[in-house]
Amino acid sequence: MKVPQQVARLGVVFAAAIAALLVARSLLVPETFGELGHYRAAAIDSIAAHPKKYAGHQECAACHDDLAAKRAAGNHRGVACEVCHGPEQAHVDAPLDVKPPAPRDRGFCPLCHAYNPSRPTGFPQIDPVAHNPLKPCITCHDPHAPVPPAVPEECSACHGQIARQKALSHHANLPCVTCHQAPQQHKVSPRTVRPAKPLERAFCGRCHVEGARGPAEAPRIDLEEHNPRYLCWQCHYPHDPKTQ
Amino acid sequence: MSGDQADSSAPPDAPWLPVDRRRFVEEALKACAAGCPLILAVMRLPAAAAQGPAEEAGYDPTEHLYGMGIDIQRCIGCGRCVAACKAENDVPLDGYHFNTWVERYVIDDNGEVAVDSPNGGFEGFPPPVTETEIRRTFFVPKLCNHCANPPCVQVCPVGATFSTPDGVVLVDEQYCIGCRYCIQACPYGARWFHPAKHVAAKCTLCYHRLVKGLVPACVEVCPTGARIFGEVEHRPTPLARFMRMNEVQVLKPHLNTRPKVYYANLDGEVR
Repeated sequence: MKVPQQVARLGVVFAAAIAALLVARSLLVPETFGELGHYRAAAIDSIAAHPKKYAGHQECAACHDDLAAKRAAGNHRGVACEVCHGPEQAHVDAPLDVKPPAPRDRGFCPLCHAYNPSRPTGFPQIDPVAHNPLKPCITCHDPHAPVPPAVPEECSACHGQIARQKALSHHANLPCVTCHQAPQQHKVSPRTVRPAKPLERAFCGRCHVEGARGPAEAPRIDLEEHNPRYLCWQCHYPHDPKTQ
Repeated sequence: MSGDQADSSAPPDAPWLPVDRRRFVEEALKACAAGCPLILAVMRLPAAAAQGPAEEAGYDPTEHLYGMGIDIQRCIGCGRCVAACKAENDVPLDGYHFNTWVERYVIDDNGEVAVDSPNGGFEGFPPPVTETEIRRTFFVPKLCNHCANPPCVQVCPVGATFSTPDGVVLVDEQYCIGCRYCIQACPYGARWFHPAKHVAAKCTLCYHRLVKGLVPACVEVCPTGARIFGEVEHRPTPLARFMRMNEVQVLKPHLNTRPKVYYANLDGEVR
């Protein structure tokens, strides 16, 4: 059967359009598009080819093994070389031409060690204004093996706010350990191992019931009558000077 | 100039028309057909030349699924991660463009929450200023969460941003058209518009370091180990241990983005 002429011409037009589409598609769609997903797979390679600036502390240890060993044994064992010395890939590539900077002034160490209440309790912090002003930190502290700060004996070293408050309160003369038993481990992991609080009304009652021994001005109550469903410190904060 | 001239095949008195219309179209089509492969080959040449170095020898992306852990209780807000990230990834040094940044939450005695991040924490944090006593305060490092179900990838109209087989969300700089849909779509504010390249930019989890077996720059320099890097599933890496030993949470879990940045000891006020 003979194909009508108008259909044949239409077929030619369609074939030309499809060919044009295929040509345009091969020109416009990037080469590796769709290999791994709806994106150019070659982009992964070009991102992976980005040069690195931070060499990594293993690279530093390859030459500076003495300092690396010193650091690994000291209190800065978790602090990588490039935290203080900056990105070192350029120094690794040309050790003699590029010398790593070393911060020697008082401005740098306080980035970590200046007192800031948002920092976790127990992290060694100083007041840069009061702590040996004008002296560079490294005159006293070796940054590669800083002297471990002695674990303070008194509670006020970390709990200064409570200590100052308590000093004005009616409980000023009581040492912290009268009410709180702090396990030794509390000084190492202050948040996971917590000191104990009195969990019985009878504990406060040792001073605060009728006929208890203790100073005469301590208020006396009847433990049976006085809100027996609550622990004492749930209403009377023992460190607060305003507490009645 | 008469009508019959157009019908003759080669009019002798019309030197400006050496071939007739039919032959011209035929020849032109033939030339096009012959030239197409040549043009295609020429167009392909620069693309082939621009092919970067092949993937690092021995690196198989399908063997990995990366994630990061962040321990809020260890972050001291020194901002070394912010500085390292900017140096490693050539992020502009102004106060508006960050792949990673550190936020400070200050909750005062009235329960009012104040969040600040001066220059992203690049120069550390000055002591907080509050009207009342501070109830609690802490630092929260933030970065791209490398979601398993990333809204930014969904909205990209051209396929310029994507999840790699190893679970990292990346931007194809050469293919991005700079429409900024992804910046709008990210619920974590982790994307930014590059002021010079005019493309979307974001944390790559230091992909160029991962393929070399290194950890991201922010993890490398974190002095307290608040950032933990490793594999999300099945592999004995620091992140696996971190997720075993801590109760971890993700940011905005209700959005079902399935982030791969896990926070330990996260306060309920963190958004």
